[in-house]
Amino acid sequence: MLTAAVLLPLVGALAAWIVPGNRLRPLVLPAVAIPHLVLTLALLAWTPPPSPQGWIHLDPLGKIVLLSISILFLVCAVYAVGYLAYRRDRSNRVLCMGMLACLSAMTLVTASQHLGLLWVAVETTTVTMAPLIYFNRNARSIEATWKYLLICSVGIALALLGLFFLAYATLVAQRDATLLLGPILASARELNPGWLHASFIFMLVGFGSKMGIAPLHSWKPDAYGEAPGLVGALLAGGLVNCAFLAILRVYQISLAAGGEYLFFQKALLAMGLLSMGFAAVFMARQADFKRMLAYSSVEHVGILAVALGLGKGALFGALFHLLNNGLTKGVLFLSSGNIHRSYNSKSTEVVRGALGRLPWSAGLFLAGFIAITGSPPFSPFVSEFTIVSSAFVEGRYLAGGLFLLFLAIVFIGMALTVLPLVMGEPPADAERTDYRDRLLTVGPPLALLGLILMLGVWLPEPFQRLLRDGAALLEARP
Amino acid sequence: MDSLADQLLVLVMLFNFIVLGSSRMAFCIRAAAVQGVILGVLPGIIHSFSWHLVAITTGIIAAKGIVIPWLISDAVRKAGIKREVEPFIGYVPTLILGAIVTALAFVFAERLPLAPEHRDLLFVPAAIATLMTGFLVLTTRRKAISQVIGYLVLENGIFIFSLLLTTAMPVMVEAGVLLDLLVGIFVMGIVINHISREFSSIDTSRLSALREE
Repeated sequence: MLTAAVLLPLVGALAAWIVPGNRLRPLVLPAVAIPHLVLTLALLAWTPPPSPQGWIHLDPLGKIVLLSISILFLVCAVYAVGYLAYRRDRSNRVLCMGMLACLSAMTLVTASQHLGLLWVAVETTTVTMAPLIYFNRNARSIEATWKYLLICSVGIALALLGLFFLAYATLVAQRDATLLLGPILASARELNPGWLHASFIFMLVGFGSKMGIAPLHSWKPDAYGEAPGLVGALLAGGLVNCAFLAILRVYQISLAAGGEYLFFQKALLAMGLLSMGFAAVFMARQADFKRMLAYSSVEHVGILAVALGLGKGALFGALFHLLNNGLTKGVLFLSSGNIHRSYNSKSTEVVRGALGRLPWSAGLFLAGFIAITGSPPFSPFVSEFTIVSSAFVEGRYLAGGLFLLFLAIVFIGMALTVLPLVMGEPPADAERTDYRDRLLTVGPPLALLGLILMLGVWLPEPFQRLLRDGAALLEARP
Repeated sequence: MDSLADQLLVLVMLFNFIVLGSSRMAFCIRAAAVQGVILGVLPGIIHSFSWHLVAITTGIIAAKGIVIPWLISDAVRKAGIKREVEPFIGYVPTLILGAIVTALAFVFAERLPLAPEHRDLLFVPAAIATLMTGFLVLTTRRKAISQVIGYLVLENGIFIFSLLLTTAMPVMVEAGVLLDLLVGIFVMGIVINHISREFSSIDTSRLSALREE
């Protein structure tokens, strides 16, 4: 079944290449995404045993990421059908193929237990996303693509070096050099601390730059700002989660290695708080609402890192937040894409009073803003609350206090941008385009919003168990 | 056999300096390609014969020696680039910096807890020196193409380190890494082509429209 989940999108990519005409091609996306979600749910219910050499296995951590990616992709796929109907002027062949190939790579990331294979899959997601950022084909988007491609490629190359250091540590410990997660976890205590230390630093920098954690986030505002809304959603909810899964794997190894995890936790905590601080500073008075969303993504990557750094009770919150962040970013990016289409501008000077022109999209954008800043009753509130309360229960008052402070600043900063955009007085000379809210462009983000609302008030029992199983894998055992 | 490997590694490090010091783009590309070919030969020298090895060696030589240089030269041709590399800082300072990082690489490698059988070999210093050279090229050059060459040299450095690990990277994964590198460079080539069309130049210091006000 896993093989099918990886191959199906590739077949879809091939189909997208063959199908002539811009009108029919986007239909391939939901045609792949629906069976992919069905397969994912089946995989979650009946998990196949690990492959004979132990390379491929879907553990609880992988399952959580796979679920979040598959849901988000289905929503983006349905949205794409509606969105691309407005962009008939340019060929969407590359976009459709890139999205599907990326889905295949992301699925592989979630199931890899061999770190080399995981690396290959993560790098594939980087490369397949690059042409998508360039969909608008103008000077600004080419600049964003170049920065994204170069910084992420170099970052990921450093992560590869970190992986080699890890394998070398097993060699120095007089074992067969290996990158399989199982044997590394089993023998982690005997590994040379010097090599492990170096390996963790390189992998943190490498996967961290892919995830966009401060101070390695410089490509993020550009790429998220210039990419079409639906690509932004996939970047913020798909690629970020894949890179975070890679960080989780490193975290698992650091736990198994004993003393090393304290260092890794501290580094994650510091970088996480730094990300939140950066986001808080740059979020206020942002002149471009898509760039603002990018800083929101930097903030939430920071929240995830802080939660890992705190450990214990926050781990459950981290895994839950991973899903919540991905889905809520979907709502925000898709609705912001609609607003962008309607005004043909991303500037907050021009885009004002969107509620009058696009009641649905603007309403969704506003609701997404309320959700992402951690207000009840939406699910990000639950996960953020879990993280903060665990910080205070564990007596980490400084980290918990800073966390709350940054959340508050971000809330105010984001409100200063979002509220005039949604409710303000529309400027008289704003450009009008033929974009109108339709079922296909409003329904998908609305469904996502419904989902995070549901998760905020009711967490289904199997999913709760999955989160607990995942958190148990990340818990420190003395 | 090990002494031959060491001599080749010295050659690899010399090519670092050629990449750093040459002002002509075509020469730079060829230097990086030759470096890749030398690296492709290395596994054949240090490991005993197997079909796995033959496949990897051919793959690396084909990719790093032929396909990638061709992709980059093609991008150069299409973009109609002038000959100069146009560094942010001059050639002599970069060469001196290159010498410093190479020296530091040797000092650093001395202090690493290496496995006994690797203690007297040049693999680790060569890997670090090449990696740092790649970084230098990436950060000090204006042209997008030079940055791709820097990325390539950086990957070469990482590859040297991977030679110490025989069993950790199975063929599938090694092929995957190589394929990702290839596709990555291919996409970079396309992007460069678009940059040159959009800006009538591939000077990356002109890519500065996107920033915080």
